[in-house]
Amino acid sequence: MYAIDVRNLRKNFKVQKNREGLKGALRDLFNREYTEVEAVKNISFQIPQGEICGYIGENGAGKSTTIKMLTGILVPTSGEIRVNGFVPHKERESFVRGIGVVFGQRSQLWWDIGVIESFQLLRKVYRVPEADFRERLDELTERLQLSDLLNRPVRKLSLGQRMRCELAASLLHNPQILFLDEPTIGLDIVVKTEIRDFLKSINRRYGTTILLTTHDLQDIEALCSRVIMLDDGRIIYDGGLEELKERWGQGKEVVLRFAEEVAQERLEQLTAGLDVVWTVDNRLTASVFIPFGKANVSEVLARLVGAIEIQDIKIVETNTDDIVREIYKSGSASADAAQSLQRIAGGSGAADEQGSLGSGNGSPKAEVRRAAQAGTSESDERDVKARV
Amino acid sequence: MMLAYRVNYYSGIIIYALNIGAYYFLWKAIYGAQESLGGMTVTQMTTYVAVSWMARAFYFNNLDREIANEIKDGSVAIQFIRPYNYIVVKMMQGLGEGLFRFALFSVPGMVIVSLLFPVELPTDPFVWGMFLLMLFFSFLINSQINIITGLFAFFLENNEGLMRMKRVAVDLFSGLVVPMSFFPGWAQELMNLLPFQAITYLPGAVFTGKTAGGGVYHVLGIQLIWFAVLIVPLYVLWRASRTRLFVQGG
Repeated sequence: MYAIDVRNLRKNFKVQKNREGLKGALRDLFNREYTEVEAVKNISFQIPQGEICGYIGENGAGKSTTIKMLTGILVPTSGEIRVNGFVPHKERESFVRGIGVVFGQRSQLWWDIGVIESFQLLRKVYRVPEADFRERLDELTERLQLSDLLNRPVRKLSLGQRMRCELAASLLHNPQILFLDEPTIGLDIVVKTEIRDFLKSINRRYGTTILLTTHDLQDIEALCSRVIMLDDGRIIYDGGLEELKERWGQGKEVVLRFAEEVAQERLEQLTAGLDVVWTVDNRLTASVFIPFGKANVSEVLARLVGAIEIQDIKIVETNTDDIVREIYKSGSASADAAQSLQRIAGGSGAADEQGSLGSGNGSPKAEVRRAAQAGTSESDERDVKARV
Repeated sequence: MMLAYRVNYYSGIIIYALNIGAYYFLWKAIYGAQESLGGMTVTQMTTYVAVSWMARAFYFNNLDREIANEIKDGSVAIQFIRPYNYIVVKMMQGLGEGLFRFALFSVPGMVIVSLLFPVELPTDPFVWGMFLLMLFFSFLINSQINIITGLFAFFLENNEGLMRMKRVAVDLFSGLVVPMSFFPGWAQELMNLLPFQAITYLPGAVFTGKTAGGGVYHVLGIQLIWFAVLIVPLYVLWRASRTRLFVQGG
């Protein structure tokens, strides 16, 4: 039995239109108009027990809506969900006993009283036997270093401290599935690492299935073997993280700044015979994509150095952030998109791709790539992470 | 909350005492030289005012506002994560607050007030027993009305207007401000069709001895009927609101 089984899930919302201006507001008073928003458009996926799965997507892609449907908060418009064998919104009370949820942006602890009181309350709510509770609490307190925090009112905790407490609260009743909705939002790197290590260890020890929504791709890299990518209510990628990187991260990119303008033809001429793809970004900057195994950086540079005056070189490894950003931009993680964006020569149907890309203009995907390139070469790679 | 924030508690007692005092002087002025108005003597009136406010300390709660706020800020999502019935838990919360206020507000408050003003407490244990029973039902009915009002937030998104209206209706029509017997005939007929008088006026009438003997069972029966009747819209709204939940804000 799958831990999470989703088939053809849809969720629509009716959102009222606020018409502009005073006249519009008055008309709204008498006659409301609604637009139907499709937040989740027919998605399906299955998650086996014990897996840690990352669930990513741009803001507004439908991640939180899906999580809320999976936890029984929202009722789907159509489709089937089975989590832990239950239909979440139907058998809510019995279903909810077996899951833990952490919302990064909402607290589930009682604001005015001490942390330990919240834990005790939750123990009663989930009907955890005293002995089990003691054991779990001791373990969680030790792993997450909560001993100083237990008697403090929740309102007096910093965000990082509060998140650790929230995580502990969600695990007191030893749930089989843990839903984390942006748990590391706003946290510093130390706390994030602690939390990641902790999640990995409970997954190992108890086989807890974890579904993690996040914007921080480092979380995904550290924890998830599988990634589901959501865009505009649809799943655009569902598979292993390694596979995603292999499919997309197939080479190095070298960004060069020249002393004077160099034509693309000249660059291609210089590196003729090497299986590389050039893009001229602007008058003085160009980048070359060097696929693994087809050529190496030193060969390329050897050809260029001496022939043209180079002012600056930057070697860029494709990382998860870039991969994901490209996928968001192109709207698809399919192999075709991957190919055109990598501009790999060879492989079926690539001859056309190469032709259109080689000329420097043509397919919109190439233009997207160029636009992205310009962005990357101008700003720091770490900035990129912040924007995603 | 009361134990967590102490000033809240102490100032609360003062406020209630002040309220009672204000109404006492007002009614004294209205009565003037008259012995009895609207079927109540001055003493009965004073007692009525005192017990109405003290009862209010027990049955009053902010469930409507709490539910509406939880819907507005989205924390209602957290409630749905927990394995309990939201409505029942909210009622129990109200009861807990009410019991606390009863012990720490109503009782000491009543003692203080009966020392300050000419209040006549009933001597018959039967009356006390009935009154306390009816007080409990006041709590239930008031909570039901509050929960129903609060649940409207699922449908109205911002039910501020509705809540204010409800507050005025309860305070005015329950008999807190003016006992039912002072309302004109046609208004009394209308009030008989509404649950509000079951909250303050009916228990108050029993306490002051205005309603006595067999009539007591009659008014208790009215409360029971309203309690049962209000369960229906409560349940219907609750079921309907589950599908309407859309959690404002991410």
